Amino acid sequence: MNIPNDLRYSKTDEWVRVEGDIATIGITDYAQSELGDIVYVELPEAGRVLQTGEMFGTVESVKAVADLYSPVAGEVVESNPAVTERYELLNEDPYGQGWLIKVQLADPTQVENLLTAEQYAAYIEERRKA
Amino acid sequence: MATQDSGLQRTPLAEIHPQMGARMVEFAGWWMPVQYGGIIQEARAVREGVGLFDISHMGRFHLRGAEAIPALETLTTNDVSALTDGAAQYSLLTNPHGGVIDDIIVYRLSSDHLLVVVNAANADKDKGWIQQHLPPSVTLEDATAQTAMIAVQGPKAIELVSRLFAQNLAELPRFHVTSGRWSGYPVLVARTGYTGEDGVELIIDASAAGLLWNALHKAGAVPCGLGARDMLRIEAGYPLYGHELNEHINPIEAGLGWVVSKSKEFIGADVIRRVREQGAARKLVGLELQGRMVARQGYPVQVNGQTVGEITSGTFSPTLQKSIAMAFVNSEYARTGSEVQVNMRGKPVPARIVSRRFVHHV
Repeated sequence: MNIPNDLRYSKTDEWVRVEGDIATIGITDYAQSELGDIVYVELPEAGRVLQTGEMFGTVESVKAVADLYSPVAGEVVESNPAVTERYELLNEDPYGQGWLIKVQLADPTQVENLLTAEQYAAYIEERRKA
Repeated sequence: MATQDSGLQRTPLAEIHPQMGARMVEFAGWWMPVQYGGIIQEARAVREGVGLFDISHMGRFHLRGAEAIPALETLTTNDVSALTDGAAQYSLLTNPHGGVIDDIIVYRLSSDHLLVVVNAANADKDKGWIQQHLPPSVTLEDATAQTAMIAVQGPKAIELVSRLFAQNLAELPRFHVTSGRWSGYPVLVARTGYTGEDGVELIIDASAAGLLWNALHKAGAVPCGLGARDMLRIEAGYPLYGHELNEHINPIEAGLGWVVSKSKEFIGADVIRRVREQGAARKLVGLELQGRMVARQGYPVQVNGQTVGEITSGTFSPTLQKSIAMAFVNSEYARTGSEVQVNMRGKPVPARIVSRRFVHHV
């Protein structure tokens, strides 16, 4: 399972990469592998203001549908046009070309409350055993 | 990934699947591969080449005795007596209310020997039901544990198995069964399947299952899991018990009147006959949906906000690049071409009623 060290994670299996006051958000390798072949993604328009924990979209695979929750608060500045053209990007490259949205953070220090790679790995392990 | 539960039944191939990269899940009390490389990739292999499925979880019952055919005749909807040696038929076990106990394949191996293949989820129930109705002269042998069943499906399946078995299976008609031999082992070869493609289903002694699986794989067949199997059967418009069929669904509603004999008597025949004469209140239909969201079992089918039916199965069809589904819909709305909406978690998505045979090449 790929869990890059330089990202932060949510318990709902999103990752966050912060550059300045912009957070890029996507789903983790674990999430895409649990979902299997992804066939549809619904993402918000730029300008939408998200609260922490707010649902911002859905990912649908052959097997299941999963809601997406924003790990941070802020305004959506962009959603990835490439993933709605090629849904496979979410399976093939969840941390790269398969990113979902960019959010202008209301509070850039907020990400420090999110899980580190190590904590997220432990959390996956915990769920596997459950 | 789920961890293995020791209470689950294991097919003779259960060791091989995880070694080949399969993700394993519980299905109908069995520890089964749900996918290897990816469901879409596996489904595509079956549509374009050859796929390989472990279907050993399906129940396999041998009925033997001079009275085997008349005995099964009273339990099933299709005409067992119409079968000749080596022929097979799709059929249904029905209850006194005309509801479907299971959908099955009946193979006539000889005049006093039938093989009945049933769904894993219903195997115990079916066995009890059949045994309860057999005369003492007919025996039921459950061969599920001693044998493996492997489906080889796809446009190149017949060629591949013919080569491996050094036997011309192109001559075996569809819905027929013959005895084959591979590497010294006897194999029952049936030209049947659940994918909408040509192919065979092979039954072999459990001890040789791994060898045969590996040989088929080496010859080019792509291992497929239950995920691809489900996607393919939805594309082909085949019902799955628990989705399109159950004990409260009449065969006529499910569009299976073609496997219900009009001339013979069997359990539930009178109720089914009445539904056939009066017309079913609801019908199983195919749906083509707008967009790519997947319609899942239980989603309401609506017309102007009014619920007129319910989704039974749905998937994203990689072959058609469309979201497709099956649903039971009130008969007045079941006409092909009718426009309906599927309520997908609060969102009405336009859909059109179409033939259930979305992708069907056999």
